[in-house]
Amino acid sequence: MTGAGFSAAPQLAILLAGIALYAAAAVFAAVFHRHKSVLAAVYPICIVAAAIAAGASLAALLGNTDSGFRLPLGLPVIGLHIRLDALSAFFVLIVNLGVLTTAIYGLGLDRDRDLSARVEPFFPAYALAMNLVLIAGDAFGFLFSWELMSLTSWVLVVSRHRDAGNRHAGHVYLVMAAIGTVSLLFAFGGLAGAAGNYAFDAIRAAPPGPLVAGLVLAGAIFGAGSKAGIAPLHAWLPLAHPAAPSHVSALMSGVMTKVAIYGIIRIVFDLLGTPIWWWALPFLLLGAMTAVLGLLYAVLDNDLKRVLAYSTVENIGIIFVGLGLALAFKASGLSAAAAVAMAATLLHCLNHSWFKSLLFLGAGAVLHATGRRDFDGLGGLIHRMPVTAAFWLVGAMSISALPPFNGFVSEWLLFQAVLAGPAFPEPILRFMSPAVGAMLALAAALAAACFVRAFGIVYLGRPRSREAAEAHETARPQQVAMALLAGLCLLGGLFGGVAVSAIQPLLQTLAGAPLPATGTGPTPFSLVAFDAARSIYDAPTIAIFLLTSGLLVTLLVHHLSGRRTRLGPAWDCGFPDPSPLTQYSASSFSQPLRRVYGGTVFGASETIDMPQPGDNRPASLNVQLHDYAWELLYAAPARAVVGLSARLNALQFLTIRSYLMLVFSALIALLLIAAVWF
Amino acid sequence: MSETLTLLFGQTIQMFLVLLVAPAIAGITRRTKARFMRRQGAPIIQPYRDLIKLLRKEAVVAQNASWFFRSAPYAILAFTWVAAALVPTFASGLMFNWAADAVALVALLGAARALLALAGMDVGTSFGGIGSSREMMIATLAEPAMLLVVLTVALTAGTTRLPEVAEFLTAAPVTVRVSLALALVALVIVALAENARIPVDNPATHLELTMVHEAMVLEYSGRHLAMIEMAAQLKLVLYISLIVCLFLPFGMAPANAGPAAWPMGMAAYLVKLVFGAALLGVWEVSIAKMRVFRVGEFLGGAFVFAFLAILLAFLTREVLN
Repeated sequence: MTGAGFSAAPQLAILLAGIALYAAAAVFAAVFHRHKSVLAAVYPICIVAAAIAAGASLAALLGNTDSGFRLPLGLPVIGLHIRLDALSAFFVLIVNLGVLTTAIYGLGLDRDRDLSARVEPFFPAYALAMNLVLIAGDAFGFLFSWELMSLTSWVLVVSRHRDAGNRHAGHVYLVMAAIGTVSLLFAFGGLAGAAGNYAFDAIRAAPPGPLVAGLVLAGAIFGAGSKAGIAPLHAWLPLAHPAAPSHVSALMSGVMTKVAIYGIIRIVFDLLGTPIWWWALPFLLLGAMTAVLGLLYAVLDNDLKRVLAYSTVENIGIIFVGLGLALAFKASGLSAAAAVAMAATLLHCLNHSWFKSLLFLGAGAVLHATGRRDFDGLGGLIHRMPVTAAFWLVGAMSISALPPFNGFVSEWLLFQAVLAGPAFPEPILRFMSPAVGAMLALAAALAAACFVRAFGIVYLGRPRSREAAEAHETARPQQVAMALLAGLCLLGGLFGGVAVSAIQPLLQTLAGAPLPATGTGPTPFSLVAFDAARSIYDAPTIAIFLLTSGLLVTLLVHHLSGRRTRLGPAWDCGFPDPSPLTQYSASSFSQPLRRVYGGTVFGASETIDMPQPGDNRPASLNVQLHDYAWELLYAAPARAVVGLSARLNALQFLTIRSYLMLVFSALIALLLIAAVWF
Repeated sequence: MSETLTLLFGQTIQMFLVLLVAPAIAGITRRTKARFMRRQGAPIIQPYRDLIKLLRKEAVVAQNASWFFRSAPYAILAFTWVAAALVPTFASGLMFNWAADAVALVALLGAARALLALAGMDVGTSFGGIGSSREMMIATLAEPAMLLVVLTVALTAGTTRLPEVAEFLTAAPVTVRVSLALALVALVIVALAENARIPVDNPATHLELTMVHEAMVLEYSGRHLAMIEMAAQLKLVLYISLIVCLFLPFGMAPANAGPAAWPMGMAAYLVKLVFGAALLGVWEVSIAKMRVFRVGEFLGGAFVFAFLAILLAFLTREVLN
């Protein structure tokens, strides 16, 4: 299907039309950036483009389309390959649903306060770049679009550049993006081999040998994994994602991390050839570590958007564990189990893109209404922003993997995959699977704690600042965007079985088999992992059960008790205090968790400064936490680079004679090396 | 069709059975404790009287409580009730036993807990926050331990569906399995923690240094409090049912036996419940409450036990089957 010419399946043609619309919006907005009305028109155009692209990709996914063509652009000889298969279509769907909802949110942005030439032209460009990564059919196109994606998102990260924190975030992000791309460049170089087969079809036809494959794997995990936010490379993510405007944060966290996961799946499951079992080990180790670590960071942090970013890190860990299990099962010839693990992974990509976008949009609404995102300045917003609060609650329950919402569906599938672990022939994998199962269980429980804390501190209780007390409900389009995502979270939770049957062909391609028993459950909506006698999760039945019992409870209680209610002051054991400072703060909420987990993971220590009797300065409690990932992997190399360049700086101020001397001795040295070598 | 109706009938029986016996189980535990302390103690039906009293009273709601505070008790009771209705109790293979497997059961309980912890934070008092914060800390250790326990048992039985697990363990030859023994210890610790029992929490105290569950529900009164008490009692029944379903399933009516076997199954179930409740009472009088920050070590122990259990189950699976 990759011959020259422009024959393409209708799905691909329609998708390209949508993508072209993004490009047009970007150019249009960049040229007429002085006109606020043009900037405001970006979002309606993006909605249309995203709807077109999402529809086309859904059709391509359901129709298992595999279509592509070659354009005479890009590298000479190779050209530019465009390719849409089921894997691309699945991720194109994720991206464009994300763009669709965030663009609807963008409709409600304040024209005078929020629209700026630094954001609106780059929003469609960013959407365009993410789509291009997914439909690239050769390494050059992939890397080019990947870099475009990094740069456009970098512009959005530094769009509020007057804040020094945002500039720092942008700097770290740019450095990490560059290192990641270089690493991917090496990975594709390894895949292409000496012959320079940069087109994916050519790579697929001649997969590399085991040694090169291992190096490519390392390059892909480092390059794409750092983009996705895998620990310990994650430290840039909680800086960069929150720095962008909130609807862009939603795209970066909810969607761009999935593009990175697509890169890994494309390389490891498609281009790298037959898997070897030990490829799974880095995924399982890094994934399990990331899942727990991400949440421990999240549960101790006091910034709403940063908590969400850390929770993205955690979810990427879960996705990595799923990928690792799928890879291990596939390499061991257990294709049914591989399909279960892969289904869990793909569904989690989809689910996470929905609830993380929802949570970031809600955080954006809070930020807009109060101007604050620190937990110590929020509280009680459920009274002033009831709609946002209700949708955020849906998002929080989804991300905590609580039924009947969608997070639990992928979590459930993943545990079913873990349970297939005893079938592994290798003892290491048999040992690893209960260990990652335990880490996943810990992560799930920590996620609940993290989001109970986040929702409780931000929306419940009493306002902790004047801004929070005077907050206002967010604009209508933003409510619509959150409603759409919350609806998707609920539908995804109820009809996980249907979603799984829609991706069966994709599972066949990636895992080597479809899910064995889809549709054999007691109802058409049952989610069946291996076979109906082994495990079923039937969300619609449970939801009906919940509704029935809730209704029964309501009727019973109201029949027995009436609905007499009296309002009174809070009881609080008889000592209510009017100051909102007496309520539990975010730091006090996480103090027990810090005591239990913080000592080992963050080297947490507390020092109490207690004044002597008679001394009237206030006592204080100081908590020190170490972010080892930042200290060891970011700060230390950065110090080394700065130190080295300070020393080399002297080279800039030499005399002409010294320069000539240097050039001459370099020449001599090279000639000597050449003489010895050959 | 008549078979379906029978199963539906059985399911309905179970839904109301757990609701009806739950206060009595709490009453038995309290009565046992009182007798061991050489007190007369309240009659076993006292919890029913308390519930009716609470239902009759008007609910006093704090002025700054939100809609969440008022609706949470309904949702908490609904989630707990559904979870309790889905654990096989007197008969396996009832109408909807299949809808939620063991993993989903843990998640349903998790949902009820998250809602309760949020409700504790709604009014914005220091006590509510203290309770929610400690409850979630306990949950971060107890929930993974419980999940590992059910995964261990599921692995041994080859299914995560509870009725099938119960049937497998009833039919299997009686042997001592180290992994199951470890899992039982872990599950008992988790059950103590999740039900706010001594040594993790004391259901009979309102002392701020030690309160967990009671601190969360401090602002509730009247019918709201009745629902939360009911949910707590249902949860206790659920955990005892789960422990007997997973580890002592004998006497349970098999899936294909029909309603004729239900009375026997019911009798066996009730005996086991009463025994479990009395045992809990004995346990509670014979041990002291722990400091809150030692709970982490106690539950960490449960997590380690559960992990060892699942590890053993993974490594020895071929030998057993």
